[in-house]
Amino acid sequence: MLAINNIEVIYDHVILVLKGVSLEVPQGRIVALLGGNGAGKTTTLKAISNLLRSERGEVTKGSIEYKGERIDRSSPSELVRRGVVQVMEGRHCFQHLTVEENLLTGAFTRSASRAQIAQDLEKVYAYFPRLKVRRKSQSGYTSGGEQQMTAIGRALMAQPNMILLDEPSMGLAPQVVEEIFEIVKDLNSKEGVSFLLAEQNTMVALRYANYGYILENGRVVMEGDAENLRTNEDVKEFYLGLSSAGRKSFRDAKHYRRRKRWLA
Amino acid sequence: MQFFFEVLIGGLLAGVMYSLVALGFVLIYKASGVFNFAQGAMVFLAALTFVGLQEKFGLPLWGAFPLTLGVMVLLGIGIERVVLRPLVNQPQITLFMATIGLAFFLEGVAQLVWGTEVRRLDLGLQDEPIESVMERFNLLISKFDLVAALVAGLLVAVLAVFFNKTRIGRALRAVADDHQAALAVGIPLKQIWAIVWSVAGFVALVAGLLWGARNGVQFALTFVALKALPVLILGGFESVLGAIVGGLIIGASEKLAEVYLPSLMSDFLLKHYDISINLAGIEGWFAYMLALVFLLVRPEGLFGERHIDRV
Repeated sequence: MLAINNIEVIYDHVILVLKGVSLEVPQGRIVALLGGNGAGKTTTLKAISNLLRSERGEVTKGSIEYKGERIDRSSPSELVRRGVVQVMEGRHCFQHLTVEENLLTGAFTRSASRAQIAQDLEKVYAYFPRLKVRRKSQSGYTSGGEQQMTAIGRALMAQPNMILLDEPSMGLAPQVVEEIFEIVKDLNSKEGVSFLLAEQNTMVALRYANYGYILENGRVVMEGDAENLRTNEDVKEFYLGLSSAGRKSFRDAKHYRRRKRWLA
Repeated sequence: MQFFFEVLIGGLLAGVMYSLVALGFVLIYKASGVFNFAQGAMVFLAALTFVGLQEKFGLPLWGAFPLTLGVMVLLGIGIERVVLRPLVNQPQITLFMATIGLAFFLEGVAQLVWGTEVRRLDLGLQDEPIESVMERFNLLISKFDLVAALVAGLLVAVLAVFFNKTRIGRALRAVADDHQAALAVGIPLKQIWAIVWSVAGFVALVAGLLWGARNGVQFALTFVALKALPVLILGGFESVLGAIVGGLIIGASEKLAEVYLPSLMSDFLLKHYDISINLAGIEGWFAYMLALVFLLVRPEGLFGERHIDRV
């Protein structure tokens, strides 16, 4: 459904961040985009949602297609209308708005009736019962987990086909991370929402995703079914911190570097 | 006592006039987090355009009003296109500097087009006491002030509903909180900003008409914006209600201070310290003193949004 073909992204006309990334998100799937800090995960998502422009970034090569049509020139609000919504890293809730008002802003692009929107609001509350309890609180005063839920719920209010979910686990307790990923899976199977999921938490991401891409230095260095990636020796060693010989000692760091070279 | 009430009411009504100007600031601050230095210039431009249209084409009040409103809306759209659009996601200080430039530009253009002489603006409202009140309560209350207060009250009510209950209003507040997130949920910043600046233009027009009718349309109108500053500090930059309450407090305390403080203070100083000074003219700076004290105690203002920090 979403296809990225060999895109290159440059910030400020000089900083080359993505050096030819291609990936695909088929309808109804959860695809994970993995990699360390600065690998280009967020940039990839922002290239799709077209939030790059406001950060002085630019897609200079390649193309991005959604349902067979090119979307590299559409504005963010146009994309939301067509069903692609990004949930940004670090939540970005509207702090001074209440949780419910936050959710309602998500429906901005829709010209649905009041009743329809109220109904959708209830649906979001059904997925995130905790938000219903907190709905009159200013979102700035809610917990990190609740803010992440608000951000995802806000995206849902746009009735998206695809959510670009950036680092949902950031700064959250493992239990809350688990809770949020369960809901993502639910949304995927019940509402048919496709997800492109950028994550550093490789372990959790690969458990919930169908397919994965590993990004390093702005290039896709590996891809495959989540199951295959999880059992792949290199992924295990580099991203999950495990190896055939059990946990590695720090003395073997050199070995790690040497092997990593072929990846980059 | 009669005199006290007269001063108090006069002050409150004058305060509403400050609120009118403060409202324009609040609108833009709420929607983009920017202190719009050009608000005073917009008030001036609106009033001058209104009078200019009346003079040049002999238009009646109700003909000049929609035309001037049209000019202000076009101005709002233009500002978005030329000034704000290239500055999306830039630091607030950059936007603030841009509004300073805008202020000088608007002042220049207004005088270039309509000339620099002082003009009279007649709204058909007399600045004279209302007779019925005078007879019944023996109070002098200006008809002009009362109408101005009603207009301001109406504006506030409409804006409060607009911000809190409507889809666009909610989007405006969302944009003020987080530009990027607003973009991400599909709120088109360009349209939103064009709307806000147009509405701010409308408020500037109303303020310009009332202030212009009272003081004459002249360059000094741009300085009424300075009087709005203490109002904003008191009421809070983000609050429509705060602009009104702040205006009332500033207006009333200023007038009361002017009437009562000088004699009290000079008596006190003379008696205890044997100093004799003349404190008349306290009205000119009392509001700023009050704002300064307020900044120390409650920097976000009475109704402003508290800064939310995660710890």
